[in-house]
Amino acid sequence: MTAASIQVSETPLVLYALRRADDALVLGHRLSEWCGHAPMLEEDMALANIALDLLGQARELYSYAAKVEGRDNDEDKLAYLRDVRQYRNLLLVEQQNGDFARTMTRQFFYSAFADPYWRTMTASRDATLAAIAAKSEKESAYHLRHASEWMVRLGDGTEESHARAQTAIEDLWSFTGEMFTVDDSERALIDAGVAIDPETLRGQWLKTVAGVLGEATLARPANDWMQKGGRIGHHSEHLGHLLSELQSMQRSFPGASW
Amino acid sequence: MVNGAASDTELRRRAWDAAAQVVDPEIPVLTIADLGVLRDVSIRDGEIEVAITPTYSGCPAMNMIAVEIELALERAGLGRPVVRTVLSPAWTTDWMSDDGRRKLRDYGIAPPRPGGGRRALFGVEEVACPQCGSTDTATLSEFGSTSCKALWRCNSCREPFDYFKCH
Repeated sequence: MTAASIQVSETPLVLYALRRADDALVLGHRLSEWCGHAPMLEEDMALANIALDLLGQARELYSYAAKVEGRDNDEDKLAYLRDVRQYRNLLLVEQQNGDFARTMTRQFFYSAFADPYWRTMTASRDATLAAIAAKSEKESAYHLRHASEWMVRLGDGTEESHARAQTAIEDLWSFTGEMFTVDDSERALIDAGVAIDPETLRGQWLKTVAGVLGEATLARPANDWMQKGGRIGHHSEHLGHLLSELQSMQRSFPGASW
Repeated sequence: MVNGAASDTELRRRAWDAAAQVVDPEIPVLTIADLGVLRDVSIRDGEIEVAITPTYSGCPAMNMIAVEIELALERAGLGRPVVRTVLSPAWTTDWMSDDGRRKLRDYGIAPPRPGGGRRALFGVEEVACPQCGSTDTATLSEFGSTSCKALWRCNSCREPFDYFKCH
């Protein structure tokens, strides 16, 4: 490791874009780990395609964060040269792939939020965020449909697939609350019409989850205690390992390009 | 000034014609004009600016398309343009030309239906096989060989085919 971490001046808007960029990058990276390992060829392509969409969203958001910050950071520096404590993603998206049921459950929980989130963000008063949202909402609609169909297939499939899906739901449930949290920095953006209050999406998210889990004969956990910390850089141990792989090239060979 | 304006119009037309010849590297029967990826050509202080928009956020063809546009304009003797990526308004398959749809079908890819968008995504999609024309077709995978395509199969002639997704 020879490249040092950068410092980022996290004004509310920079932080807001960074958080969503980190969500997309980390989840996209997790999905890319399936490349060559998925249960079937079609699914291998599907996961790589979804990862690519997320990577594209991350790039747009990082570029915007760098532009708003107005220093000499850029999309690559933000992705490759921030340490684990500087990452601002949801704990949900950094959780390990586990088996296919766990990957799909993580994807379903996130997509059921991301789809209405981006659709609502198309009305943001920030023109760039609104433009990114308009592209992302079309993509996330496909992601949600794909993950929903898999939840039904797994839950209403064999005894084995049902058990694995139910275990994944139990394990990941406590990471879903963080999607709806807001801190002071975001509250100001919400008041200004730049961001939306995620709390307004909770009803729709629960409805999507209840509908799909119901069809899948899977149960929603009763426990509503929620874990949080990702948005302020308090991560599970898994993110550091992910970043060491994601960043190794740029850390070892600063500025490497091809 | 009148002459200047006239030559700008002429320059813009020539630049558009050159850029419009650039093809999608993944679907070489379609030009970026057919696809609706080429959004605008403008002249600022004698400099040519070409605006393109990505089909999907992560479309890896965008870098190559930008390079191809630069080469096309240089080859046409117009010098190196500035290629700008615009996100808004978001690209939609509704921008694909009729000619583009026909070329896709001839190439073996089922074209997106006009006015599809979100309705088609959550309703029942009827996709005609590009080989035999049968509508007795089924999805094999929501995601295909590129971001913009899904993998389908015809139940009549049994041929698998790519379907350009409504977006």
